[in-house]
Amino acid sequence: MLLVRCPWCGDRDEAEFRYGGQADVDYPADPHQLDDATWGEYLFVRANPAGSFDERWVHTAGCRRWFSVVRDTATNEMRPDIPRRRESR
Amino acid sequence: MTVPQKVESETATTDVATAQRHSPLEHRAAEFERRSASGARGVRLREEPFLTQLDLRTPPGGSSAASVAEALGLPLPAANRATGDEHDAVLWLGPDESLIVAPDGRAESLLRTVREAQRGGSGSVVDVSANRTTLRLSGPMAREVLEKLCSVDLHPRAFGPGDCVQTLLGRVVVVLWQLDREPGYRVMVRCSFAEYLADLLLDAMAEFLDG
Repeated sequence: MLLVRCPWCGDRDEAEFRYGGQADVDYPADPHQLDDATWGEYLFVRANPAGSFDERWVHTAGCRRWFSVVRDTATNEMRPDIPRRRESR
Repeated sequence: MTVPQKVESETATTDVATAQRHSPLEHRAAEFERRSASGARGVRLREEPFLTQLDLRTPPGGSSAASVAEALGLPLPAANRATGDEHDAVLWLGPDESLIVAPDGRAESLLRTVREAQRGGSGSVVDVSANRTTLRLSGPMAREVLEKLCSVDLHPRAFGPGDCVQTLLGRVVVVLWQLDREPGYRVMVRCSFAEYLADLLLDAMAEFLDG
Protein backbone atom coordinates (compact mmCIF):
# COMPACT_ATOMS: atom_id res chain seq x y z
CA MET A 1 0.00 0.00 0.00
CA LEU A 2 1.34 3.41 -0.97
CA LEU A 3 1.12 6.44 1.28
CA VAL A 4 0.11 9.28 -1.02
CA ARG A 5 0.52 12.90 0.00
CA CYS A 6 -2.50 14.97 -0.98
CA PRO A 7 -1.39 18.61 -1.19
CA TRP A 8 -4.54 19.61 0.74
CA CYS A 9 -5.25 16.76 3.19
CA GLY A 10 -1.78 15.37 3.89
CA ASP A 11 -0.61 11.76 3.89
CA ARG A 12 -3.37 9.26 3.21
CA ASP A 13 -3.74 5.65 2.21
CA GLU A 14 -3.57 4.85 -1.48
CA ALA A 15 -7.11 3.40 -1.22
CA GLU A 16 -8.50 6.94 -0.88
CA PHE A 17 -7.15 7.92 -4.31
CA ARG A 18 -7.74 7.15 -7.95
CA TYR A 19 -4.99 7.23 -10.52
CA GLY A 20 -5.32 9.66 -13.41
CA GLY A 21 -2.50 8.60 -15.70
CA GLN A 22 0.19 10.72 -17.27
CA ALA A 23 0.17 14.43 -16.50
CA ASP A 24 0.48 17.20 -19.10
CA VAL A 25 -1.21 15.40 -21.98
CA ASP A 26 -2.69 18.43 -23.72
CA TYR A 27 -5.77 18.27 -25.90
CA PRO A 28 -4.70 18.97 -29.50
CA ALA A 29 -5.18 22.59 -30.53
CA ASP A 30 -7.06 21.64 -33.69
CA PRO A 31 -8.05 17.96 -33.61
CA HIS A 32 -9.71 18.15 -37.05
CA GLN A 33 -6.34 18.72 -38.66
CA LEU A 34 -4.91 15.49 -37.24
CA ASP A 35 -4.59 12.30 -39.21
CA ASP A 36 -5.76 9.07 -37.59
CA ALA A 37 -2.29 8.05 -36.47
CA THR A 38 -1.66 11.33 -34.64
CA TRP A 39 -5.14 11.28 -33.07
CA GLY A 40 -4.59 7.68 -31.99
CA GLU A 41 -1.25 8.67 -30.55
CA TYR A 42 -2.92 11.42 -28.50
CA LEU A 43 -5.68 9.11 -27.27
CA PHE A 44 -3.80 5.95 -26.46
CA VAL A 45 -0.04 6.32 -26.37
CA ARG A 46 1.58 7.30 -23.08
CA ALA A 47 5.12 7.42 -21.81
CA ASN A 48 6.14 4.36 -19.83
CA PRO A 49 9.47 5.21 -18.24
CA ALA A 50 11.35 3.11 -15.72
CA GLY A 51 11.99 6.06 -13.47
CA SER A 52 10.65 9.55 -12.97
CA PHE A 53 7.08 10.00 -14.25
CA ASP A 54 4.70 13.00 -13.98
CA GLU A 55 1.23 11.78 -13.16
CA ARG A 56 -2.22 12.84 -12.01
CA TRP A 57 -4.06 11.59 -8.95
CA VAL A 58 -7.44 12.48 -7.48
CA HIS A 59 -8.30 12.26 -3.79
CA THR A 60 -11.70 10.67 -4.33
CA ALA A 61 -12.40 9.72 -0.72
CA GLY A 62 -11.13 13.02 0.67
CA CYS A 63 -11.18 16.54 -0.74
CA ARG A 64 -11.94 15.26 -4.29
CA ARG A 65 -9.23 17.50 -5.80
CA TRP A 66 -6.90 16.58 -8.66
CA PHE A 67 -3.19 17.08 -8.19
CA SER A 68 0.08 16.08 -9.80
CA VAL A 69 3.04 14.17 -8.43
CA VAL A 70 6.32 12.93 -9.79
CA ARG A 71 6.59 9.21 -9.08
CA ASP A 72 9.57 7.00 -9.65
CA THR A 73 7.99 3.98 -11.32
CA ALA A 74 10.88 1.76 -10.23
CA THR A 75 10.79 2.59 -6.51
CA ASN A 76 7.32 4.17 -6.07
CA GLU A 77 8.99 7.14 -4.41
CA MET A 78 6.70 10.14 -4.84
CA ARG A 79 7.63 13.79 -4.91
CA PRO A 80 4.50 15.70 -4.12
CA ASP A 81 4.32 18.60 -6.48
CA ILE A 82 5.03 20.01 -9.86
CA PRO A 83 5.24 23.69 -8.93
CA ARG A 84 4.88 25.08 -12.44
CA ARG A 85 1.33 23.81 -12.80
CA ARG A 86 -1.69 25.44 -11.25
CA GLU A 87 -3.61 22.75 -9.38
CA SER A 88 -7.14 22.17 -10.64
CA ARG A 89 -9.92 22.83 -8.22
CA MET B 1 -36.60 9.25 14.89
CA THR B 2 -39.74 10.29 13.02
CA VAL B 3 -40.73 13.91 12.96
CA PRO B 4 -43.92 15.28 11.42
CA GLN B 5 -43.06 18.00 8.99
CA LYS B 6 -45.19 20.48 7.17
CA VAL B 7 -44.82 20.22 3.44
CA GLU B 8 -46.24 23.01 1.35
CA SER B 9 -47.72 22.06 -1.97
CA GLU B 10 -46.25 23.86 -4.93
CA THR B 11 -49.58 24.20 -6.70
CA ALA B 12 -52.00 25.45 -4.07
CA THR B 13 -51.09 28.17 -1.63
CA THR B 14 -53.52 27.02 1.07
CA ASP B 15 -52.98 23.26 0.68
CA VAL B 16 -50.68 22.14 3.49
CA ALA B 17 -50.11 18.42 3.87
CA THR B 18 -48.37 16.68 6.71
CA ALA B 19 -45.70 14.16 5.65
CA GLN B 20 -43.50 11.93 7.74
CA ARG B 21 -39.76 12.29 7.50
CA HIS B 22 -37.73 9.13 7.92
CA SER B 23 -34.06 8.96 8.75
CA PRO B 24 -32.03 6.09 7.24
CA LEU B 25 -31.36 4.36 10.57
CA GLU B 26 -34.45 5.20 12.60
CA HIS B 27 -35.62 1.58 12.58
CA ARG B 28 -32.38 0.52 14.28
CA ALA B 29 -32.41 2.93 17.25
CA ALA B 30 -33.36 0.19 19.73
CA GLU B 31 -30.67 -2.11 18.34
CA PHE B 32 -28.02 0.62 18.71
CA GLU B 33 -29.11 1.11 22.32
CA ARG B 34 -28.95 -2.63 23.01
CA ARG B 35 -25.51 -3.06 21.47
CA SER B 36 -23.96 -0.01 23.16
CA ALA B 37 -21.95 -0.48 26.36
CA SER B 38 -21.21 1.93 29.19
CA GLY B 39 -18.41 1.88 31.72
CA ALA B 40 -14.65 2.19 31.47
CA ARG B 41 -14.52 0.04 28.32
CA GLY B 42 -17.80 1.20 26.87
CA VAL B 43 -18.74 2.60 23.49
CA ARG B 44 -22.12 3.92 22.43
CA LEU B 45 -23.68 4.41 19.02
CA ARG B 46 -26.71 6.43 18.08
CA GLU B 47 -28.04 8.27 15.07
CA GLU B 48 -28.31 12.06 15.05
CA PRO B 49 -30.68 12.49 12.13
CA PHE B 50 -31.68 15.57 10.16
CA LEU B 51 -28.75 17.86 10.98
CA THR B 52 -28.78 20.93 8.80
CA GLN B 53 -25.85 20.75 6.37
CA LEU B 54 -24.93 23.41 3.84
CA ASP B 55 -22.17 23.02 1.31
CA LEU B 56 -20.27 26.30 1.10
CA ARG B 57 -17.93 27.10 -1.79
CA THR B 58 -15.91 30.25 -1.41
CA PRO B 59 -12.46 31.28 -2.70
CA PRO B 60 -10.11 31.02 0.28
CA GLY B 61 -8.73 34.21 1.72
CA GLY B 62 -11.02 36.48 -0.30
CA SER B 63 -13.37 39.17 0.92
CA SER B 64 -16.33 36.86 0.30
CA ALA B 65 -14.85 34.29 2.72
CA ALA B 66 -14.35 36.98 5.33
CA SER B 67 -17.91 38.29 5.12
CA VAL B 68 -19.38 34.76 5.23
CA ALA B 69 -17.30 34.00 8.33
CA GLU B 70 -18.48 37.21 9.94
CA ALA B 71 -22.13 36.50 9.12
CA LEU B 72 -21.84 32.98 10.57
CA GLY B 73 -19.95 34.21 13.62
CA LEU B 74 -17.38 31.46 13.01
CA PRO B 75 -14.00 31.57 11.29
CA LEU B 76 -13.71 29.29 8.26
CA PRO B 77 -11.63 26.27 9.31
CA ALA B 78 -8.07 25.40 8.35
CA ALA B 79 -7.39 22.12 6.53
CA ASN B 80 -8.65 19.00 8.32
CA ARG B 81 -10.25 21.11 11.06
CA ALA B 82 -13.68 22.22 12.23
CA THR B 83 -14.60 25.48 13.91
CA GLY B 84 -17.50 25.99 16.31
CA ASP B 85 -19.11 23.35 18.48
CA GLU B 86 -21.50 20.45 17.96
CA HIS B 87 -24.45 22.85 17.55
CA ASP B 88 -23.02 25.34 15.09
CA ALA B 89 -19.92 24.37 13.19
CA VAL B 90 -18.06 24.81 9.94
CA LEU B 91 -16.13 21.76 8.69
CA TRP B 92 -13.27 21.87 6.21
CA LEU B 93 -13.97 19.78 3.08
CA GLY B 94 -11.43 21.18 0.65
CA PRO B 95 -9.35 24.25 -0.15
CA ASP B 96 -12.41 26.25 -1.22
CA GLU B 97 -15.18 24.11 0.27
CA SER B 98 -16.71 23.88 3.74
CA LEU B 99 -19.69 22.20 5.34
CA ILE B 100 -21.86 24.30 7.62
CA VAL B 101 -23.51 22.11 10.26
CA ALA B 102 -26.39 23.24 12.45
CA PRO B 103 -29.39 21.73 14.26
CA ASP B 104 -32.45 20.56 12.32
CA GLY B 105 -34.59 23.27 10.80
CA ARG B 106 -31.94 25.94 10.37
CA ALA B 107 -31.32 25.46 6.64
CA GLU B 108 -33.45 28.29 5.30
CA SER B 109 -32.30 30.98 7.69
CA LEU B 110 -28.66 29.98 7.26
CA LEU B 111 -28.99 29.97 3.46
CA ARG B 112 -30.39 33.48 3.62
CA THR B 113 -27.61 34.64 5.94
CA VAL B 114 -24.80 33.21 3.81
CA ARG B 115 -26.27 34.32 0.47
CA GLU B 116 -26.66 37.81 1.85
CA ALA B 117 -22.99 37.76 2.90
CA GLN B 118 -21.94 36.47 -0.54
CA ARG B 119 -23.89 39.15 -2.41
CA GLY B 120 -21.60 40.96 -4.83
CA GLY B 121 -18.79 38.46 -4.22
CA SER B 122 -18.11 34.99 -5.49
CA GLY B 123 -19.08 31.59 -4.09
CA SER B 124 -22.18 29.49 -3.54
CA VAL B 125 -24.06 27.75 -0.79
CA VAL B 126 -26.38 24.74 -1.24
CA ASP B 127 -28.56 22.82 1.19
CA VAL B 128 -27.20 19.26 1.27
CA SER B 129 -28.88 18.16 4.52
CA ALA B 130 -30.51 15.18 2.83
CA ASN B 131 -27.17 13.92 1.51
CA ARG B 132 -25.83 12.52 4.76
CA THR B 133 -27.06 11.24 8.07
CA THR B 134 -24.94 11.41 11.20
CA LEU B 135 -23.80 8.70 13.58
CA ARG B 136 -22.57 9.65 17.04
CA LEU B 137 -19.95 7.28 18.39
CA SER B 138 -18.80 8.00 21.92
CA GLY B 139 -17.29 6.37 24.96
CA PRO B 140 -13.79 5.43 26.14
CA MET B 141 -13.41 2.74 23.45
CA ALA B 142 -14.76 4.81 20.55
CA ARG B 143 -11.29 5.41 19.13
CA GLU B 144 -10.48 1.68 19.30
CA VAL B 145 -13.63 0.94 17.32
CA LEU B 146 -12.81 3.46 14.58
CA GLU B 147 -9.20 2.33 14.37
CA LYS B 148 -10.38 -1.07 13.15
CA LEU B 149 -11.99 0.58 10.13
CA CYS B 150 -9.90 3.65 9.38
CA SER B 151 -6.34 4.28 8.18
CA VAL B 152 -6.09 7.86 9.50
CA ASP B 153 -4.06 8.16 12.71
CA LEU B 154 -6.65 8.87 15.44
CA HIS B 155 -4.22 8.77 18.37
CA PRO B 156 -4.56 11.92 20.54
CA ARG B 157 -1.06 13.02 19.51
CA ALA B 158 -2.31 13.30 15.91
CA PHE B 159 -6.09 13.78 16.11
CA GLY B 160 -8.18 15.56 18.72
CA PRO B 161 -11.31 17.62 19.34
CA GLY B 162 -11.99 19.94 16.42
CA ASP B 163 -10.17 17.73 13.95
CA CYS B 164 -12.25 16.66 10.99
CA VAL B 165 -11.29 14.54 7.97
CA GLN B 166 -12.93 13.04 4.96
CA THR B 167 -11.70 9.50 4.68
CA LEU B 168 -12.75 5.87 4.28
CA LEU B 169 -14.36 3.86 7.08
CA GLY B 170 -14.35 0.35 5.73
CA ARG B 171 -15.29 0.88 2.10
CA VAL B 172 -17.36 4.01 2.54
CA VAL B 173 -16.49 7.72 2.32
CA VAL B 174 -17.34 9.61 5.51
CA VAL B 175 -16.74 12.91 7.21
CA LEU B 176 -15.15 11.98 10.54
CA TRP B 177 -15.25 14.72 13.15
CA GLN B 178 -14.00 14.48 16.72
CA LEU B 179 -16.10 16.52 19.13
CA ASP B 180 -14.59 15.99 22.56
CA ARG B 181 -11.89 14.23 24.52
CA GLU B 182 -14.04 11.35 25.83
CA PRO B 183 -13.61 10.65 22.86
CA GLY B 184 -16.83 11.43 21.01
CA TYR B 185 -17.06 11.44 17.23
CA ARG B 186 -19.57 12.33 14.60
CA VAL B 187 -19.49 10.19 11.49
CA MET B 188 -21.39 11.77 8.62
CA VAL B 189 -22.25 9.27 5.92
CA ARG B 190 -24.27 9.16 2.73
CA CYS B 191 -27.77 7.96 3.55
CA SER B 192 -27.58 4.95 1.24
CA PHE B 193 -24.36 3.75 2.92
CA ALA B 194 -25.63 4.26 6.46
CA GLU B 195 -26.82 0.68 7.00
CA TYR B 196 -23.50 -0.75 5.83
CA LEU B 197 -21.56 1.59 8.10
CA ALA B 198 -23.82 0.86 11.08
CA ASP B 199 -23.24 -2.87 10.55
CA LEU B 200 -19.48 -2.31 10.42
CA LEU B 201 -19.46 -0.19 13.57
CA LEU B 202 -21.70 -2.57 15.53
CA ASP B 203 -19.46 -5.45 14.55
CA ALA B 204 -16.37 -3.51 15.67
CA MET B 205 -18.13 -2.63 18.94
CA ALA B 206 -19.09 -6.20 19.78
CA GLU B 207 -15.94 -7.04 21.75
CA PHE B 208 -16.68 -4.24 24.25
CA LEU B 209 -20.27 -5.26 24.89
CA ASP B 210 -19.53 -7.49 27.88
CA GLY B 211 -17.37 -5.05 29.74
